[in-house]
Amino acid sequence: MKLRDMTELAVRNLREAIFRNTLTTLGVAVGVASLVAMLSLGVGLQQLASSRLTKSGLFDTVFVSPKLNLRGGPPAAAPQQPATRLLDEDARLEISKLPNVIEVFPQIRFPTEVRFDGKPFPTVVAGMPLSSKLSGAFDGMKGEFFSSESADEAILQIEFAKELSPDTSSLVGRTLAIRYAERQQLEDGSGGFSIVPKERQLRIIGVVETEPASGFGGYGNGRLLIPIGVAQSLRAAQVNDLRDVVRGGPSKPTYASLTVRAKSTANVDDIEAAVKRMGFGAFSLLDASKSLKIFFRVLDLLLGLFASLALAVATLGIVNTLVMAILERRREIGVLKALGAADNDVKRLFFVEAGVMGFIGGIAGVILGWLIGRGLTLATNIYLKRQDLPSVEISSVPWWLVLSAISFAVAVSLVAGLYPASRAAKLDPVQALRYE
Amino acid sequence: MRPCLRPTQIPSPNVVLFERASDSHMTTNPASSQNAIQLDRVSRHYTLGATAIRAVDDVSLSIAGGEFVALLGSSGSGKSTLLNLMAGLDRPTSGAIHADGRNLAELSSLELARYRRNTIGMVFQSFNLLPRMTLAENVELPLRLAEVDHSERDARVAEALQRVKLDKRTGHRPAELSGGEQQRTAIARALVNRPKILFADEPTGNLDSATGESIMNLLIEIKETLGMTIIMVTHERPLAEKFASRLAVMGDGKLLSDGAIAGVKS
Repeated sequence: MKLRDMTELAVRNLREAIFRNTLTTLGVAVGVASLVAMLSLGVGLQQLASSRLTKSGLFDTVFVSPKLNLRGGPPAAAPQQPATRLLDEDARLEISKLPNVIEVFPQIRFPTEVRFDGKPFPTVVAGMPLSSKLSGAFDGMKGEFFSSESADEAILQIEFAKELSPDTSSLVGRTLAIRYAERQQLEDGSGGFSIVPKERQLRIIGVVETEPASGFGGYGNGRLLIPIGVAQSLRAAQVNDLRDVVRGGPSKPTYASLTVRAKSTANVDDIEAAVKRMGFGAFSLLDASKSLKIFFRVLDLLLGLFASLALAVATLGIVNTLVMAILERRREIGVLKALGAADNDVKRLFFVEAGVMGFIGGIAGVILGWLIGRGLTLATNIYLKRQDLPSVEISSVPWWLVLSAISFAVAVSLVAGLYPASRAAKLDPVQALRYE
Repeated sequence: MRPCLRPTQIPSPNVVLFERASDSHMTTNPASSQNAIQLDRVSRHYTLGATAIRAVDDVSLSIAGGEFVALLGSSGSGKSTLLNLMAGLDRPTSGAIHADGRNLAELSSLELARYRRNTIGMVFQSFNLLPRMTLAENVELPLRLAEVDHSERDARVAEALQRVKLDKRTGHRPAELSGGEQQRTAIARALVNRPKILFADEPTGNLDSATGESIMNLLIEIKETLGMTIIMVTHERPLAEKFASRLAVMGDGKLLSDGAIAGVKS
């Protein structure tokens, strides 16, 4: 029998005992729904974590520093390794010409004391390039991004903003002062410099929830963000200034570290290797990202296994329904055989019935699982809103999950149909025709 | 013209067996190319608990193409079992059944299914129509099994239903029809694949006598117009004598008599 005829007959047979078959299909749907809901949570949480980490700018970034032997002892450099180079403006330009590098900017971080409402608040200032707006780290921020690289504007990281005022929204538009140590070059040609306390007024233009300035600066994460141009113009004293003084003689100023932003995480390894070949130290957090992926894969696997138990129970329902159908349709099977149906035709008919239940149950289950995921996201966001926290998407049903769940439901249903189909196919037509 | 018959061996006290004068060894003749079906020492034995039952015991029979043979016998005589063997629904314990150029006893289950699908049609006492299907869908069922093109099916279903004069009721379900109409539908279903042999197992058993006669007339009409071989199981001797061209009487699994209808006497 052709598949089309087989499917028509199967659907007709299923409609015949619609209540029982609906219940069985519902069982499959619940199994698939639990599978989809669990995996959608796993996928959603993974996407949430990845997106947060990506927004932090850590995973598409290579951090470059001068190669230093700060631990003492003989230099570890092997003869074939390049000589230690200064991380100066020439080096920055050279690195910026590497393939797949979007930009290279110095990491300018320095300690400061913020004066706000007459009170002092110690923190760390970080210079941010205008391009960091595109990284997604500032998506959903309150207020505006920097208007230019030289604007006297500041964006506060929310944790620091809360120190200034519990009502962080009210900070936007107000002014604060930063006090810092300016490096002033001595004019005697010695390469030495003076440290002079300075103050600069900045207008607060935004509050951001992520940590766009995460990195490996000696002062940790920047909590007060200013345009990179302003940060450079402040000439604030940094750790590498001491090294420049010790090195002696007039020379170009060097950078404590550079941040290299790659086009994508896929380019990070190549850029890191190229920077190392140039004689600089380089580091990225890509390995941590890989570990995160492995963790979520294992989590997905475990969630999937637990949810599959529900589907396994549902398959018993399919077996039960089809065995009942064989008993009820014994005579019909005899008629089909008398009219010329081969054993395989009967077997395939029951297989298709099982498959149709699995397919419909799979589709219903995906929809149900998606709704459960949406419900969990909604409940989570209501809770987060009460805690004054930003909303998140904790579940996600990608296409691969939809197709996999439906395919899995059909496959499991077909396996469940194996025994009933085989039993139906083996029925003796003479006995079946006698059955009342 | 019916052949002249003469008396022969009497295997049972209440039956006088006649055979054709021109064909005195008909029941044991080797396969003829004109035979629609030929049984050669066919037996069907099975056990029920500790009891061995010889449902069909060493039966030989040749049925020529175009014959209307009635298998007559009381309940448990083995006539239905013999019909099932000839229809390829059951396999003989021993012996050979030649039909359509092949020995059914040696066919695989798939080949037997093909034989049932393409060579024979079957009509049952209890009609065996699928209750949830309309008449047209019931009649279409063998065409689905034979994988006949959709484009061809409607015409063949209409033709079969027209032949049994039910072409106005194609959309009805079996429960909406009388017994006679249901049996006519079953006949249309049996004919739709244009079989060479039509097997009918007590086709009038569930019908009143008038309706039974109309069904028999329909079978005769089909035999004459389509040149089909009809093998019918019945326990109604008058009906068999009135409509069949040949009567084979069975008792205790054996063929007691076989001959043209005019010569059979009790």
